[in-house]
Amino acid sequence: MNIIVCIKQVPDTTEVRIDSKTGTLIREGIPSIINPDDKAGIEAAIQLKEKYNANITVISMGPPQAEIALKEAYAMGVDRVILLTDRAFAGSDTWATSLTLSYAIKKLDYDLIICGRQAIDGDTAQVGPQIAEHLMLPQVSYVSKIEKEDDKLKLKKVFEDGYQIIKVKTPCLITALKEMNNPRYMTVNRIFNVSNTKIVENWSINDIAMDAQLTGLKASPTQVKKIQTKTAKSSGKVHQVEPKEGAKLILEKLQEKFVI
Amino acid sequence: MNFELSEAHKLSQQMFRDFALNEVKPIAGLIDEEERFPVENIPKMAKYGILGIPFPVELGGQGADNLCYAMAVEELSRVCGTTGVIVSAHTSLCAAPIYEFGTPAQKEKYLIPLAKGEKLGAFGLTEPNAGTDAAAQQTVAVKKDNHYLINGSKIFITNAGYADIYVIMAMTDKSAGTRGISAFILEKDMPGFSIGKKELKLGIRGSATCELIFENVKVPLDNLLGQEGKGFKIAMQTLDGGRIGIAAQALGISQGAIDETIQYVKERRQFGKPISAFQNTQFQLADMQTKVDAARWLVYHAAFLKGQKKAYSKEAAQAKLFASEVAMEVTTKAVQLFGGYGYTREYPVERMMRDAKITEIYEGTSEVQKMVIAANILK
Repeated sequence: MNIIVCIKQVPDTTEVRIDSKTGTLIREGIPSIINPDDKAGIEAAIQLKEKYNANITVISMGPPQAEIALKEAYAMGVDRVILLTDRAFAGSDTWATSLTLSYAIKKLDYDLIICGRQAIDGDTAQVGPQIAEHLMLPQVSYVSKIEKEDDKLKLKKVFEDGYQIIKVKTPCLITALKEMNNPRYMTVNRIFNVSNTKIVENWSINDIAMDAQLTGLKASPTQVKKIQTKTAKSSGKVHQVEPKEGAKLILEKLQEKFVI
Repeated sequence: MNFELSEAHKLSQQMFRDFALNEVKPIAGLIDEEERFPVENIPKMAKYGILGIPFPVELGGQGADNLCYAMAVEELSRVCGTTGVIVSAHTSLCAAPIYEFGTPAQKEKYLIPLAKGEKLGAFGLTEPNAGTDAAAQQTVAVKKDNHYLINGSKIFITNAGYADIYVIMAMTDKSAGTRGISAFILEKDMPGFSIGKKELKLGIRGSATCELIFENVKVPLDNLLGQEGKGFKIAMQTLDGGRIGIAAQALGISQGAIDETIQYVKERRQFGKPISAFQNTQFQLADMQTKVDAARWLVYHAAFLKGQKKAYSKEAAQAKLFASEVAMEVTTKAVQLFGGYGYTREYPVERMMRDAKITEIYEGTSEVQKMVIAANILK
């Protein structure tokens, strides 16, 4: 089985701060990590490899700094890591990103493509499903469990209030939830292998035979008009009292503010 | 001159930190409270290569270096001093001398399973009457036919009882003084070899510290480590390396105490503001972190020199002397900054303060480190 896992390097925080002047993310001083849902995707792929024997390729589109995320993926135990990096890709929205990734994926053999559900910085959850559309593949999102049954995959798709068990033929694409597993750590040996050798393959726009008009900022239908941070409300006051007294207190406060 | 960690070291540090926070920190308080050896974490550490970091891949190791190993001990000790010393004693005191002085057959039989973490290691030099005066060994090994017969005992042995392989010093020639000491590799199941009293300690209470008893233990001639009469030299060289591990442990404990304190002083409010807003808190923390950073460079430098196969005896002693004294000072200050809460077992800083003390004592007291340093600069 050939598995491709798409990952994104994101800032290690769920409270992304935004520069109010430029409207861009403040990345300074914030370490970068593999997006948690994507990391669960890597772990899921390695577990499949351990059970059924598979070849895993991890692919990421990003600036040269994203190489470290791919090295981490390699040190966890995947077979091949590819970084799609080119100035032509800069400024891509989810549409241009998913199209670029699908051009790269077309160059590879695959039975299963795993994407994380969504990235903690953009939170769109669009790239995975869009790749499936570009490649005309069946897709199952919000997957929390993967099993193999003959030539099909048996997947558990999770909803807020329940789940579905879905059987799907390969090749297909799934989006993974971070809740599906606890990703393993890197091993020291693989870390030292990574840094002693040129392990990350860098692919440019020429390597994926893509027309420059189809990627990057100008090929992105979504343009960010304005970004603003929420103004923080004044911090509340904590009262630790018995429920009965609490009710009385709330009533008083609401009356004070003429709410009731 | 380059003070930047390599990419591999940064990634390893990140891995050790993740491992320490997820696997070690949650049980650190508990194993201290119960004085319980954290057996459940040994296979986990083995799985990720933490028990064989500086040894070549073909000998079961991870092919990394001594700096990487020191960083592992540091990050583990940052949340749990006990776990730090388990790794340090295993790696520096048992696997390392077999790697340095062992025959190919000894490496095959003992180093490979140690480096893979399938077996745990320990080291025995100290005796009731041979502490700092390590040359006063009373354990004897008598050569007979195809084996040595070992009799005697050792005390304060880290990992004792849980270790499978022990590097042990014994007198083969009482008349020759330090030149009459030899090193041996013992297995825990050898008849006549037993584990004695377990020490009840102030700190690192999860680590096993016991007596070893040898009653007519038959040790094959093949288990002599290095040459006969070279045991004292092997022990001293082993301790030079071990000091880097203990220095890293002290460093980790100090940084861990600062981590906890920073979090606490931002939350704890007195006189209407967090205590981090008071200048005393700020100045104390500034002093603490400066000393810990200074200790870190001493430790990393000593580890780097060992990795480069350069002389590092003085630097290892300096690193251990300074880092252990900083650990005692910083953890004591951390308890003070926590105030009354710091003295309770609800918070980990009192444990860190108790754990710090041993780093000034074992693998050569601070006074011994000063002897080593002085001997190096006065020669």
